[in-house]
Amino acid sequence: MNRREFTLGMSLAGMASILGVEIVYGGLMPEGYSPLGLQDPDPFKMFHKDKEMVVLNDRPWNMEAKAHLLNDRVTPNQYMFIRNNGNIPEGIDVSKWTLTIDGESVKNKKTYSLSELKSKFGHHTYQLALECGGNGRSEFNPPAKGNQWTVGAISCAEWTGVRLRDVLEDVGITSDAVYIGYHAADTHLSGDPKKEPISRGVPIAKALQDETLLAFAMNGEDIPLAHGHPLRLVCGGWPASTSGKWLTRISVRNKEHDGEKMGGSSYRVPCENVAPGSEVDDADMCIIESMPVKSLITSPKSGALIKNGKSLTINGHAWAGELEVSKMEYSIDFGSTWHTCSLEKPANRLAWQHFKTTISFPQKGYYEIWAKATDSHGKGQPMVLPGWNPKGYLNNACHRIAVKIV
Amino acid sequence: MEDFRKQVGALSKALWAFLGLIVVLFAGLFYWANYTPPPTYEEIPMKETVTDFDQIENGVHVATGFVVDEGMEVTIQNCTGCHSAKLVTQNRMDLEGWKATIKWMQETQNLWDLGANETLILSYLSKNYAPKEQGRRQNLEDIDWYELK
Repeated sequence: MNRREFTLGMSLAGMASILGVEIVYGGLMPEGYSPLGLQDPDPFKMFHKDKEMVVLNDRPWNMEAKAHLLNDRVTPNQYMFIRNNGNIPEGIDVSKWTLTIDGESVKNKKTYSLSELKSKFGHHTYQLALECGGNGRSEFNPPAKGNQWTVGAISCAEWTGVRLRDVLEDVGITSDAVYIGYHAADTHLSGDPKKEPISRGVPIAKALQDETLLAFAMNGEDIPLAHGHPLRLVCGGWPASTSGKWLTRISVRNKEHDGEKMGGSSYRVPCENVAPGSEVDDADMCIIESMPVKSLITSPKSGALIKNGKSLTINGHAWAGELEVSKMEYSIDFGSTWHTCSLEKPANRLAWQHFKTTISFPQKGYYEIWAKATDSHGKGQPMVLPGWNPKGYLNNACHRIAVKIV
Repeated sequence: MEDFRKQVGALSKALWAFLGLIVVLFAGLFYWANYTPPPTYEEIPMKETVTDFDQIENGVHVATGFVVDEGMEVTIQNCTGCHSAKLVTQNRMDLEGWKATIKWMQETQNLWDLGANETLILSYLSKNYAPKEQGRRQNLEDIDWYELK
C-alpha cells in the first residue's frame, strides 16, 4: 500500500469520510462531537469492569467474562457481561425519567415517573440468571454471524424493582393481550433517530410472572449505566435481549410484538432442526423462549498444574432457563464415566445454582474436567455442539477446563 | 539664523526618520520572531494520522485491526461508519455470507449503496475473513498453565 497516499486520503477527506458517517447522517452529528470510532476510551474504567474482561466490540460495546471471573455466588458488576445493540443513551436525568405503558391491549395509556413507580408498588428482589442468546456462538461450525461470545455472556445478579404484573394491573389490560414489547432510550448506530436498536419482549404469561421486574437496582445499588440505568425490564431465564435496558415504554400487544430484532433470524432458531450450514427461510424460524440447561466451572481457572496425589475441589454454577437444575455431574475421562457433584437449591426461581465437588486423579497426565447439568425435565447438556442454527444461538455444550497432574 | 533653523529642521527630520526606521525594524523583528505559518488543512491531521491511523504492524492495520490487503481502505471507509471494525474482524464468512450481510445492513441498518466498491470489499472480506473448518468441538487451546497452590 502507498502509505502517503493512504494518509493523505484520510486527512484530506477528514475524519467523517474515514468513518463514512458523513455520507448518510453527517447532518445529524452534533457539532464538536468526535465520532466514537476515533476516541480511545478506557471501557474498563468507564464501565467499572475488571481488566480481565474481554472486549468483543467497542461500537456498540460488547464485553464478556471468562469462566473463572464468574466465581462469585452473585455476579458483581465488574464481571458482568455487556451486550449492547445500539449506543448507550447520554444525559440521563433520573428526575425526569418516565415509563409509559401503552399498546392495543391497555384500557388507557398511562405514564409513571420513576419515583411514582418506586412509591406506588411493592419492591421485590430476586437473583436472576441473564444469559445472552448467542453465548457460545464462537464454537459453531460453519461459523455464525455476530459477536463471537465464548462462555462469558452469563450473569446472575440480584435485581430489585417492582413487578411488571403489578404495574400492568394498575394500568388495566384487556383480555386480548398476548405479548409485551419494550422500547428504550438507546440510539441506533447509524444515527437515524427514527430507528430503534432493539425492541423485544415476551409473551404475556412470562410478563406476569412474579420474577419479571421493572428493576431500578442491581446488587443493592442503582443499575450501572451499561446495564440499563435507571430502569430495566428483567426477564430471568430467557435470552437477555428480552430484558430491555434504559426502559421508557412497554407496549401491551394483541399480537406477537413486532419490534426491532423480533423478526427475521434475530433471536430465533429453526423450528425444526437443520443440517449445519443450511439456508433457513425466515418463516421457518421460531422465537427462542426459555434458555437451555447449562453450567460453568468457575474454579479453578483452566490450566491448573496439580501435584500428583493432591485432590482438587471444583465449583461453579448451573442454570436451566425457566426450569431448575436437578443433577450436576463431572467427568475426567472425556465423558466415559460421570460422577455427581453436590448441588444447591436456587436462591429463588430463575437464579443459578451452585455446585461443588472434590476430585482425585488416578495418575499423572493431562485431564479435561467436563461439567454436565441436567434439568428438571431430564434434559442434559450435550458434549458436542447442539443443533446448528444460522445465528449461532443456544450453545449449551458442556464446559471443559484443562488440568495437568504433575 | 535661517541656516540654524534649516539645520534643526534637517536634524529633526533625520531623527524622526531614524525613529521610524527603528520602529519598523523592531516591528519586523517582532513579527518575524512570533510568526508561524498558518497550518494548512492537510498538515494537522497528517501528523496525527501518520502515527495513529496509518500504522501497520505484522501486516495488520493497528487502528482498526484489519489485515492489510487490497481493498482494506474501502472496507474501512464503508464498514466502520456505524459499528466497530471488531464486528467485522471477529466474523468468518464466505463471499455469499458477506454479501448477504451487506444486503441485510442495506435493507435494515441504513447502509448505503456501495457501488463499484462492493466487489472489492467482498473479495477482501471473503479472502481474509473466510471460515475455517473447526468440527463439532475443538481442542482446548491457549491454556495458560499455572501451579495451583
